[in-house]
Amino acid sequence: MNYKDLLKRKNEIMKKALKINYDEFEEEGISFNYDMMMGKASYNIEEIRKIQNETKVGNTPLFELKNITKVARTLSAPGKGARIFIKDEATNPSGSFKDRRASIAVYYAKKKGYKGVIAATSGNYGAAVASQANMRGLKSIIAQEVFDSRGYGQPEILEKGRKCEAYGAEVMQLSVGPELFGVLLWVLDDTGFFNASLYTPFAIAGIETLGYEIATELKKREGKNPDAVIITNAGGGNLTGTARGLIKAGSKDTKVIASSVNLSGLHMASDYDFNRKSFTTGHTGFGIPFTTWPDRTDVPRNAARVLRYMDRYVTVTQGEVFYMTEALAQLEGMERGPAGNVSLSAAFSIAQEMEKDEIIIVQETEYTGAGKHPIAQINFARENGIKVKIGNPEDEIPGKNIIIPESPEMIRAKNLDINKLRESYIRNTVKRNELKNVSKIEVKFLIEETKTNINFVISTLEDLGVKVKETT
Amino acid sequence: MNKIIKKGAWVQIELNLLNPGERDLHVPEDTKKVPLILKTKGFLKEDAAIGDEVKIKTIIDREMEGELIAENPSYKHGFGRPVEELIKVGKKLRKMI
Repeated sequence: MNYKDLLKRKNEIMKKALKINYDEFEEEGISFNYDMMMGKASYNIEEIRKIQNETKVGNTPLFELKNITKVARTLSAPGKGARIFIKDEATNPSGSFKDRRASIAVYYAKKKGYKGVIAATSGNYGAAVASQANMRGLKSIIAQEVFDSRGYGQPEILEKGRKCEAYGAEVMQLSVGPELFGVLLWVLDDTGFFNASLYTPFAIAGIETLGYEIATELKKREGKNPDAVIITNAGGGNLTGTARGLIKAGSKDTKVIASSVNLSGLHMASDYDFNRKSFTTGHTGFGIPFTTWPDRTDVPRNAARVLRYMDRYVTVTQGEVFYMTEALAQLEGMERGPAGNVSLSAAFSIAQEMEKDEIIIVQETEYTGAGKHPIAQINFARENGIKVKIGNPEDEIPGKNIIIPESPEMIRAKNLDINKLRESYIRNTVKRNELKNVSKIEVKFLIEETKTNINFVISTLEDLGVKVKETT
Repeated sequence: MNKIIKKGAWVQIELNLLNPGERDLHVPEDTKKVPLILKTKGFLKEDAAIGDEVKIKTIIDREMEGELIAENPSYKHGFGRPVEELIKVGKKLRKMI
């Protein structure tokens, strides 16, 4: 692998591996036409439902978590304690919502005549791509970041690798490092396969059906839109796609809440830190950088842009998620993997602030099994020197300890300051593009990107020393 | 003498993709000190022993070359011991409903 040469040829390789002309969505300066990209490079919701129906994706059950709601109500003030529902995405063919995301990418790859698909991912997405590729008769290669320099692999990722092999994918297991991207380029160049990136318009459009199903089913059953939908956030696709689907189903006032596991202080590309975290995704180590600078991916423009849709962003601790994973099994009879339970943990806390007649929806579950389970994760943490004990989650320090809450009232979703995240997005845009002044079109773009208003954008720009150009 | 692994066996190979000095400029210092390693599996093309440079054909028929490190390695991830800190969670929660 000639890493430097591959990076130089990045644009040429990606063009062949995507067959999407991103140039046509570019507008003045920093702005580009997001809606045009989502419309032109993808399919409408009816087409997506049809494509997903062909490969066993979607129409997953929406369950009310009556017992967990009961516990939340015992801890709430009178009149408080919203009803908590969960969308059982684990019932998709490869066991997670990622099948929605993979289904459209693989369909497109087949239509465009590619012989195979490649995804660089350590998550459930790999299995989803491999599973969908099987149904469409394509080959698949999954490149994963798996182990540290001692050769120790994250149990959760090892399980995901096994699952990819179970679907007949070629699995490339890599040590820690962002050069995974170079490996992706190397294999794309060698095979001529499609880049089934997590961040194409297809990957995001595929998730729209999730939000759409939630809103349409709830309206049928309860005669109303959900008051809040809570979404585990990492790269941003889950939130972006779900929120777009809610809007398409007419559920425009639903609060869209992001939730991530707090892993502050751990460096995601550090060989040493790699095995000192118990979560491989759904954490702040991806969630915050992707929120404040989405265009850090393997495609020219990331279709996952969470600030456009997010109303609130909270964090929970690793120990809280393990506790709620146990609660889901013990109270609701559903043993599910950790990812969706990041939002379940936050929902349990937020429901206590909401009115009794309101509804909050946890929009995913994932499959569970060897490696991908609190028992495996906690044992692995201990082997890596992490202290595990019962106590107050307030005392959890990522990479040092995991605190299993002593009692459920200690589970508290912590708010991140969303305006700070919005300012940070604008700051990153200014820095990366070395902006001295911006046009009115660019200001309009920043308003859309941050879901704010002209005053917010202009005062943030002024603080950064950037002027708005007068146009004639 | 190293045991000979027969042609056609399902094996794992390892490749050193980047040496410590060749790592991306943006990786943290600890990661810069170690190589980027790739492990992958396939069918062995010729008889060989562990430690040999070999060629394999992957499950999708791509040819790869690297050091032979294992014959049909076991999946080692599992569950391990039940976690005592979690065992009482259900009991406590059930009393609350």
